[in-house]
Amino acid sequence: MSKDINIDVEHVTRVEGHGNIVLNVKKGKIEKLQWQISEAPRFFEAMVRGRKFNELRTITSRICGICSIGHSLASLKATEDALDIQITEQTGILRRLAINAENMQSHILHVGYLVAPDLFGIGSVFPLVGSKNQNALLKIVKLHRLSNEMSDLICGRTTHPIRLVVGGFSITPTEIELSKLKKNLEDGLKTTKEVAEVVKNVSGNFPDFERETEYIGLTSDEEYALYDGDVASTDTGRLSNYKDYRSYMNEFVVPFSTAKHAKHKRDSYMVGALARFNLNSKQLHPIAQDVADMFNLRPICYNPFMNNVAQLVEFVHNIEDSIKCIDRLIEYGINQKKPVNVSPKAGHGVGIVEVPRGILVHDYTYNNKGICTKANCIIPTNQNHANIQNDMEKFVPQIINKPDNEIELNLEMLVRAYDPCISCSTHYIDVKFV
Amino acid sequence: MKPKVAFFDFSSCEGCQLQIANLEEEILDLISIVDVVSFREVMKEHSDNYEIAFIEGSIMRPMDVTRLRNIRENAKILVALGACATIGGINKIRNQWPADEVKKEVYGDADIKDNRYFDAFQTKAIDEVVKVDYYIHGCPINRDEFKHVVTSLALGKEPIIPNYPVCVECKKNENICMFEKGEFCLGPITGAGCGAICPTHRSACDGCRGIISKPEVECVMDILKRYDLTYEELKSKSKLYNYSREANK
Repeated sequence: MSKDINIDVEHVTRVEGHGNIVLNVKKGKIEKLQWQISEAPRFFEAMVRGRKFNELRTITSRICGICSIGHSLASLKATEDALDIQITEQTGILRRLAINAENMQSHILHVGYLVAPDLFGIGSVFPLVGSKNQNALLKIVKLHRLSNEMSDLICGRTTHPIRLVVGGFSITPTEIELSKLKKNLEDGLKTTKEVAEVVKNVSGNFPDFERETEYIGLTSDEEYALYDGDVASTDTGRLSNYKDYRSYMNEFVVPFSTAKHAKHKRDSYMVGALARFNLNSKQLHPIAQDVADMFNLRPICYNPFMNNVAQLVEFVHNIEDSIKCIDRLIEYGINQKKPVNVSPKAGHGVGIVEVPRGILVHDYTYNNKGICTKANCIIPTNQNHANIQNDMEKFVPQIINKPDNEIELNLEMLVRAYDPCISCSTHYIDVKFV
Repeated sequence: MKPKVAFFDFSSCEGCQLQIANLEEEILDLISIVDVVSFREVMKEHSDNYEIAFIEGSIMRPMDVTRLRNIRENAKILVALGACATIGGINKIRNQWPADEVKKEVYGDADIKDNRYFDAFQTKAIDEVVKVDYYIHGCPINRDEFKHVVTSLALGKEPIIPNYPVCVECKKNENICMFEKGEFCLGPITGAGCGAICPTHRSACDGCRGIISKPEVECVMDILKRYDLTYEELKSKSKLYNYSREANK
């Protein structure tokens, strides 16, 4: 069939930040297909020049409201690396709890509030209020609240954490608070299984689409890597020195996007929950494995829409992992020690963590007064933009005979599956156009 | 009739709109008193027919100015949501360098001249472009304060936003003063309403709610003297959220 199609979605809804989808088809031939980023660039790396080492976290947390804990942790790791600061084992476990809490908050927000409306064929979650699915909505809200209460307890606040500081925590939770959290997490685990059933019932509405690509994320011998690990690729394996991260994440600029694109061995790669699942699924905790089985999710899965399912699987894993973390903290006893003392010195440090949307890098250089002279951040969503574009180019010919509104919805769903965090991704641009 | 409400975002982390999702079960109460007609972050539907517009983010480009002016024309009441919107906040740190210098620093010699997406000028708070009726301060906003403002506006009442310093709330929480702990805190000059959340979690106030209209200058000078701190340090710390609004005019 040869037809004309003109789709111009300005500011895709139910995603973080501003992106546009443009598709022009003339007599069945694609003339223009672009995933455009129109978000205003924010110049974070320019902003941190001249700021003190203990202010970097405060500033860079503001790159993203949804993953502010992840940015804070990458920032602290980079600063601690540069200033040779060793954190305690307790701080490491508490930071794992923080990262779990944020992953949970972000994933349930995405799957429950942003993606679910597509599966139910509605424009937002609001119509679920008073419908036969209101109960499912309330379960999602309950899990969202659980995630935020956990962030509040560990970090002092869920968006832009307060207690996370260079060298440790300004305040640590008490054993009583942690025991109460553990109970709520155990209860949340049951609720999550019920939510997974609801998603399973409508998961047939995810388009059936595959495109072979490369997946990049952290990997570790110890655990399903989120806070610590080596950079790894499904194509080329592990990177030996973390400071060489640029050899895996080659960023470049395209004129229709204020966010950079990235590539490694192929034209593009994917980061995020599905990338982590594809790299590390064997290390998932048992109930998370069960949920993956429930959806027949197996590595290597090349269907980007399954990123939504991988997020649900990770949500379960984060709960199971947090329960283990709390058990260890209670077993050792909480030590209300102050953060370790810090003396400024010149240095260069790199902090890499997994945040909800994928691998995140902060890279700082400090002078001998502990003042930042140079910074670089590599944001997960940047790394996905090129992969989204490539997916669209393969996906459109498969759906080109559908009515325009269905093509539009399918392309929006594809973008949403990546859970793009666009204000994050336009934090700055410093490379020349190619 | 429930008032029609719309949410819009400009340059920001969108963390303030996230606080609305973070109302959890209370979202149901919220939509029982207002009719949300546009909220791109969470809904596909959109309407330009609204009475109250909440604006998150700072203004950075001519295309943003046009969009903001349209919203101002449509809205009876315009509320600035969060530090990027109310005072420019973190986004204004870069205003200490001219826009051209920052662009050169980050774009190098790339040809971005005729590209409207990249056409950034000095960061502006919302009231440097259009009239703002109400301010919900903070980075991020405080959920209780947001509920107070929405409820007041829905009832046609004036919302109450404190114009006294964070120290008042900090004392009420019985915190040990951050200056006593050797930290430089902006609590004495920053507007309250956050419940002194940062000092309560043992972190100094960064001034995200903006400087109160009449700070006690003598008292601040006294603190600087008592703790052997300089005015320069105060200025540097203030630049995090309160970079001089005159400086970019």
